[in-house]
Amino acid sequence: MFNVFRARIHQKHRTIDFPKSAPVLPDRFRGLLSYDAALCQAECEACIPVCPTDAIDLHEPGIALDLGKCLFCGACEAACPTGALRHSTEFRMATRTREDLLLSGEPLKLAQALEAKAKKLFGRSLRLRVVSAGGCNACEADINVLSTVVFDIARFGIDVVASPRHADALLLTGPVTENMRLALEKTYEAIPAPKLVIASGACAISGGPFAGLPEQHDGGAGLLKVDLYIPGCPPHPLTVLDGLLRLLDRLDG
Amino acid sequence: MRTSAVLVSLDRAPLLTVTPLQATPLASIPRLPWEEVRGAIHEVVASGGRILALFGHVFEGQERPDLLVVLGGLHPGQLLLGRAVLDDDRFLSLTLDCEEAHLFEREIAEQFQVVLMGHPWLKPVRFAPPWRTGQAAWPLPETGAPVPGSGDFYKVEGEEIHEVAVGPVHAGVIEPGHFRFQCYGELVFHLEIVLGYQHRGVEAAILGGPHKRTLHQLETVAGDTTIGHATAYCQALEALAGVTISERAEYLRAAALELERLANHTGDLGALAGDVAFLPTASYCGRLRGDFLNLSAVLCGSRFGRGLVVPGGVAFDADAERVKTMTERLDAAMVDLRSAVSLLWDNSGVIARFDGTGAVAKDVARKIGLVGVAARACGLERDVRASYPTPVWRTLGIQPCVEEQGDVWSRAHVRWNEAKQSGPLVRNLLQSLPTGPVRQPMAPLAADALTVSLVEGWRGEICHVALTDGQGALQRYKIVDPSFHNWMGLQMALRNQQISDFPLCNKSFNLSYCGHDL
Repeated sequence: MFNVFRARIHQKHRTIDFPKSAPVLPDRFRGLLSYDAALCQAECEACIPVCPTDAIDLHEPGIALDLGKCLFCGACEAACPTGALRHSTEFRMATRTREDLLLSGEPLKLAQALEAKAKKLFGRSLRLRVVSAGGCNACEADINVLSTVVFDIARFGIDVVASPRHADALLLTGPVTENMRLALEKTYEAIPAPKLVIASGACAISGGPFAGLPEQHDGGAGLLKVDLYIPGCPPHPLTVLDGLLRLLDRLDG
Repeated sequence: MRTSAVLVSLDRAPLLTVTPLQATPLASIPRLPWEEVRGAIHEVVASGGRILALFGHVFEGQERPDLLVVLGGLHPGQLLLGRAVLDDDRFLSLTLDCEEAHLFEREIAEQFQVVLMGHPWLKPVRFAPPWRTGQAAWPLPETGAPVPGSGDFYKVEGEEIHEVAVGPVHAGVIEPGHFRFQCYGELVFHLEIVLGYQHRGVEAAILGGPHKRTLHQLETVAGDTTIGHATAYCQALEALAGVTISERAEYLRAAALELERLANHTGDLGALAGDVAFLPTASYCGRLRGDFLNLSAVLCGSRFGRGLVVPGGVAFDADAERVKTMTERLDAAMVDLRSAVSLLWDNSGVIARFDGTGAVAKDVARKIGLVGVAARACGLERDVRASYPTPVWRTLGIQPCVEEQGDVWSRAHVRWNEAKQSGPLVRNLLQSLPTGPVRQPMAPLAADALTVSLVEGWRGEICHVALTDGQGALQRYKIVDPSFHNWMGLQMALRNQQISDFPLCNKSFNLSYCGHDL
């Protein structure tokens, strides 16, 4: 027993101060892509073919970028000769609509809070039922980590529950494999209305690296109405947490 | 083990002796009738060898698939390759004589519509549409693929027997799978696990590649094993291209692989503690797992090592300053890990729950072909880093961590010993990085060749087999995740256990669903 107390003292208090203070991410962290149209050269297009998920397209006079497809691999940054495309260490990326993830130079429109009625229902207590439908266990792992002492999402009234009947929202990971489609639909139906759907990760938003393959459905948007999109491959736990807190209007600014 | 005279005769024919990462011309592998290859596989396995991969491929111009087999475990560093011709869609199952072939054969039946006669449990593996039209081993609906989870289940009958069905959606934040228990009261007579829900079609997507997406699909075969699978893939391409990566790149890959092991073993030890309601270790390890993941992010920006391992080497270098930061943080985390995990071993409540729970006997483990942590916990010294070392592992000289009981305690203790081994390994590797570049230019892949790439991932042996066509494109890419071998181990572990011990047993294996389903 003495050992347990000694270890407790040794392990200290580890819950991060977010959202009160800004977290420090590693210098090589590949967050939100920043695009500087002024530096983008006409007829260059070097970034377009190297993108593994074709997330970059021509958009006169420059390019358009789909954060929902982006794997944050850094291939475009490496290919860009002028530094017009760069990964920043910005981790805040969640949006309310699919369209908001399409960027062509304008600032990202971060997720707005829920409408008044929904906010009243879920603002102080949000119960999540996570469904992995072809997720590779990276998105799942970095959602799981939110329940550890480091992030401790329960302090915001957010929790993961076992039964869909106890849930307010379905948190989807994975591209939605055909073999999980029915189980996903049944789980969604089992959640009492009103309910939310959150798509976390490139797979759940667009199919990610598996987009277009016949065994999957390019994410959840074709099957369910999605209320929050969280980009990343996988999204950093802070990206998920920030998105959830924005949705619940728990952040200032 | 048989006498060496028998083994020498095996080397002659019908199997070809090769080493991992050797680009072997396809034409040099003897192409013989299945009966002959089947006999040779049986003999190798009976002599102490094992099946690393057994799979089909329809070569151009052929009507039926040839079966390719990779065997190992006889002579250190050596593999045996075989290639069998099928003259009919129905042929004799190998599983009858060699249990570890059972899932490989089910996969072959599913992908190529062939019937393995005498197979004791021929049913779908992934509930996926077939790759070829032949003789279906089970009825197929009009949609082309059986409904996931459908079909026969192993059944125990009797008045007081009841069946418990769980999944595919489980209670936690976890991947989907279906578990069917045959119970007598609380006692589990048998557990059957049905997977396939995570099937994304990775192997088919690679065909004709490498494509620009292939590396990313390999990184996410099992996303918690990004370094393991990406390394296996890149090694295979480099072997086929005749490219030797720099020592520095090899050291950085090895350091990342051990960090991945450290993070996952830490997470598993915490989760095991959580499953027996011992919260101190569960909480501390939950945090520490993240600290190790964050070390990967210091190296390459990603907590899961995304983007680090690339064909030709690694995409990120570590200068002295970065090595210093990483080492300091690693040292601090290792001290905390010791404080957190040592609580487990002197808590009688924890030991009472771990000890003797979910035991798999050594001979059963050998028969069903377990690998990795699960195998070493049963006393089997199976570790790619020791038996098939790449140069860096030859230099480091790993002693596999082995326990004898095969139970939850052994699987936990193997993880703890390996974590204690991996910490200093990462430190040594980073401290002794050889000078030089970290990335070599790649070259075209050799045409009509095959190579076997092995990596000891944190769950166990990752085996990739790459075959190129006449143009040097990948005509077949076989992925064997350690979980493919080990799910049967969990089923065996549950026999005669309380059903309430299932979560603990499951966590002690912690297998990959998507790595199995591909």
